[in-house]
Amino acid sequence: MSVQATSSSPSERIATLEMRGIVKRFPGVTALKGVDFDVHAGEIHALLGENGAGKSTLMKILYGLYQQSEGQVLINGAPVHIGSPHESTKRGIGMIHQHFMLVPSLTVAENVALGMPSGRGGVLDLKKISEDISQLSQKYNLRIYPERPVWQLSVGEQQRVEIIRALYRGAALLILDEPTAVLTPQESDDLFIVLKQMAAEGHSIIFISHKLHEVLAISDRITVLRDGARVNTIPAAGATRLTLAEMMVGRPVVLEYELPPPVRGEARLTVQGVSALSERGDMGLKEVSFTLYGGEIVGVAGVSGNGQHELAEVVAGMRPLAGGTIHVGDQPAGGKSPAALRQLGVSYIPEERMIDGVVKNFTVAENFVLKDQSDPPYALGRFFLRPRKIAEACRQIIHDYEVKTPGTDTPIKNLSGGNIQKVVLARELAQQPTLLIAAQPTRGVDIGATEYIHHRLLEERAKGTAILLISEDLDEVMALSDRIIVMYEGRAVGEVLRRDYDVRTIGAMMAGAGRGD
Amino acid sequence: MSISPATWARTALNRLLDASPLVIALLLAFMVASTLLLALNVSPLEGFASMFEGAFGNENSTAETFVKATPMLFVAIGICIAFRGGMTNVGGEGQMIMGAVAGTAVALAAGEPLGWLGIPLAIIAGFIAGALYGGLAGWLKAWFNVNEILSTIMLNAIAVQFMNFMLNGPMLDPTEAGVNQIPKTARILETIQLPRLSLPLPPGVADLFSLQNAELFARTRLHWGLVIAVLLAVVAYFLLWRTTVGYRIRAVGENERASRYAGISVRGHMVLSMMLAGGFAGLAGIIQVLGLQYRLQTDGSATGFTGNAGFNGIVVALFGGLNPLGAIPASAFFGGLLVGAQKMQRDLGVPAALITSINGLIVIFAVSSEYFRVWLTRRRRLAEAEAQQKAASASTAGVPS
Repeated sequence: MSVQATSSSPSERIATLEMRGIVKRFPGVTALKGVDFDVHAGEIHALLGENGAGKSTLMKILYGLYQQSEGQVLINGAPVHIGSPHESTKRGIGMIHQHFMLVPSLTVAENVALGMPSGRGGVLDLKKISEDISQLSQKYNLRIYPERPVWQLSVGEQQRVEIIRALYRGAALLILDEPTAVLTPQESDDLFIVLKQMAAEGHSIIFISHKLHEVLAISDRITVLRDGARVNTIPAAGATRLTLAEMMVGRPVVLEYELPPPVRGEARLTVQGVSALSERGDMGLKEVSFTLYGGEIVGVAGVSGNGQHELAEVVAGMRPLAGGTIHVGDQPAGGKSPAALRQLGVSYIPEERMIDGVVKNFTVAENFVLKDQSDPPYALGRFFLRPRKIAEACRQIIHDYEVKTPGTDTPIKNLSGGNIQKVVLARELAQQPTLLIAAQPTRGVDIGATEYIHHRLLEERAKGTAILLISEDLDEVMALSDRIIVMYEGRAVGEVLRRDYDVRTIGAMMAGAGRGD
Repeated sequence: MSISPATWARTALNRLLDASPLVIALLLAFMVASTLLLALNVSPLEGFASMFEGAFGNENSTAETFVKATPMLFVAIGICIAFRGGMTNVGGEGQMIMGAVAGTAVALAAGEPLGWLGIPLAIIAGFIAGALYGGLAGWLKAWFNVNEILSTIMLNAIAVQFMNFMLNGPMLDPTEAGVNQIPKTARILETIQLPRLSLPLPPGVADLFSLQNAELFARTRLHWGLVIAVLLAVVAYFLLWRTTVGYRIRAVGENERASRYAGISVRGHMVLSMMLAGGFAGLAGIIQVLGLQYRLQTDGSATGFTGNAGFNGIVVALFGGLNPLGAIPASAFFGGLLVGAQKMQRDLGVPAALITSINGLIVIFAVSSEYFRVWLTRRRRLAEAEAQQKAASASTAGVPS
């Protein structure tokens, strides 16, 4: 047995694929309410929708990870049953997950060979596999060296390995789940070229995303899902970002914000030569310096894992300082505890809200008072809790921040990401901070809540709060910040003012091209 | 709309399952225990009847059940707090011993002049000693990341040997020296002993149940320790869910990182929850001395003094849902199990190991009943979602789309 893809052309294996009336129920929620979806050979079909709209669920059914409660899947017009990923692979369906499923210590070729029958009985023929990989990589412009171990590869390269692995297994239809979430703009462009090449070869491609401009740039047709139902399927030609966003949210939305010129206050955060260790034990943050003034939003852009995470945590007092100084106002703040920083007027929206932001088994009300449960009016004499006062204040923020929750005593883990984030935001803003560190404030948050959170951040800016906005979503950073600091390999490699914003230049800096030395 | 009998029966069954996964767990445990009894050629019915009789059959056996339950309840209260604070305290035995040694020392030293004041002094000393001993394990965990399960087990062994040393030396009753094999302290003064507990009955009731005395539990070993334990269970419940300290203990137990970010001292509250756990175990120890034995004595074995209450308290806490209020009935149940088992052993000659097995079976089934409950809710909600969707599609079916 050799490379399966050569046994028949991809367009013959899957000329059309159709999903009819797919219903999927989970306990307490119907994730898909009768969705129709189809894709044909040579097409790039984007699946667009907010978190929780059902995109991933639909595709997991197609890939055999879930079983639909109702509905049919048809390949070339014939109904098929896909009971497991193994079966979908046999039928020519491949899926690239958001989190790569590669073994870091093995080489590219070994990773591709994993779980595959090899050419010579039980003996692994790595040489043959390497040759096949080289062939595939030339054919599709997927530059990759089969002998390199995966841990040495960049995120973009690892993604290419995933794609090659799917192709090697004979995938005629490729599902990509938010493939650009981890890529720089340039890497995304490279990926798009590969995908278009594949479509031209007769592959079908399903592209899951919530980034509107990407969807418009790459796809032939777009299907929008909302609340587990299909809103519509439209050709990409003629669609605009605004119409797509409206279809996703179900109402008109604002995508760009008017930023009045900043009223610069005093220096609120001065970071000088700050270094910190990462989880891996190497210097994840290296000698970063900048000053943040009241009334401005400074964005920190960078590809995931280039020191932004360490920067946020070290400023918020959640990570030990390895070098340099931090001042909040004129007070030294380096190495202070979160509690001490709170006294200096620092609030923090943590990146991992379920780990750092909330206690998931506590109720909404309990989480709301996580920081000030011992202060009046929530406690009597710092010892006795006053549940009524807490519930009262919590009901107020549920109303003010439009939090969707059955009640104040619902465990917060039962809320959606956007609503949990609103509770965190409400709690942090209730402190009336003079410095707010917002790390990935809208990650995993639906458009409606994102819009709301953005407005709140702009309101804080208008009030004179200094805001450090750390986000991997370049669109978000560019929409909200007065200045952008770009990080690469733990260093601040450049600063761009709002009037000079340009995706290309910032993207190049994110990829390390902005280094002066 | 009429409801079919089948639907009704299913609903009723669901309700029952909801209300009592624990009861079902018990039934299953007793079923497995029955097969064990059958294997020993003992009729299960006879066995359990004898067991129940031994536990609650008459005034005295009921009192003995409560006597057995008291130290377990004290320990269980502390275990609940430790568990909520994210600490697994298996040091109840050692903390109990430390509480008993320190409390007894105070009770003996207090002597005549202080009168009944010796009781609260001894109790406080017992609490503090237990708290320090538990806090030690908490401190090792919080500052040096020493696994508290390991350290508390080690501390148990140290406490046993410490007690043996004290009883054979400094605290040995001078009049008993060399007289018999069991090392013990002198008897504490009567004024410092916890009074026996009895309930006055309304006239006629005693005759009705042909009781010997007009007061229930008179002439039994039941003492006021039970009342103290129950009251403290309520206090502990209040502490955990109605005070800022309890809030912080639970927050640290649930999520250390979020707690640290919120400005809660994670280390401090780790130590605190272990101190409270140790303190309650210490109370179990000193109450056992003041209310029951009136002196500290041991046969020299690891469980000679505690009667395993330090470990059984963990079972009680788990069975009570890690809630101090739930621990109250749970302790009575396990007290009954232990006391009843002795009678079954006497009546039917089954080996003592069987009782340990039944004990273990109940724990296994009780813990799995939680999973069973989760599974049940999940299935139920799935069915509801389906019904809702069917109703929704039925209502829109008439509308052309």
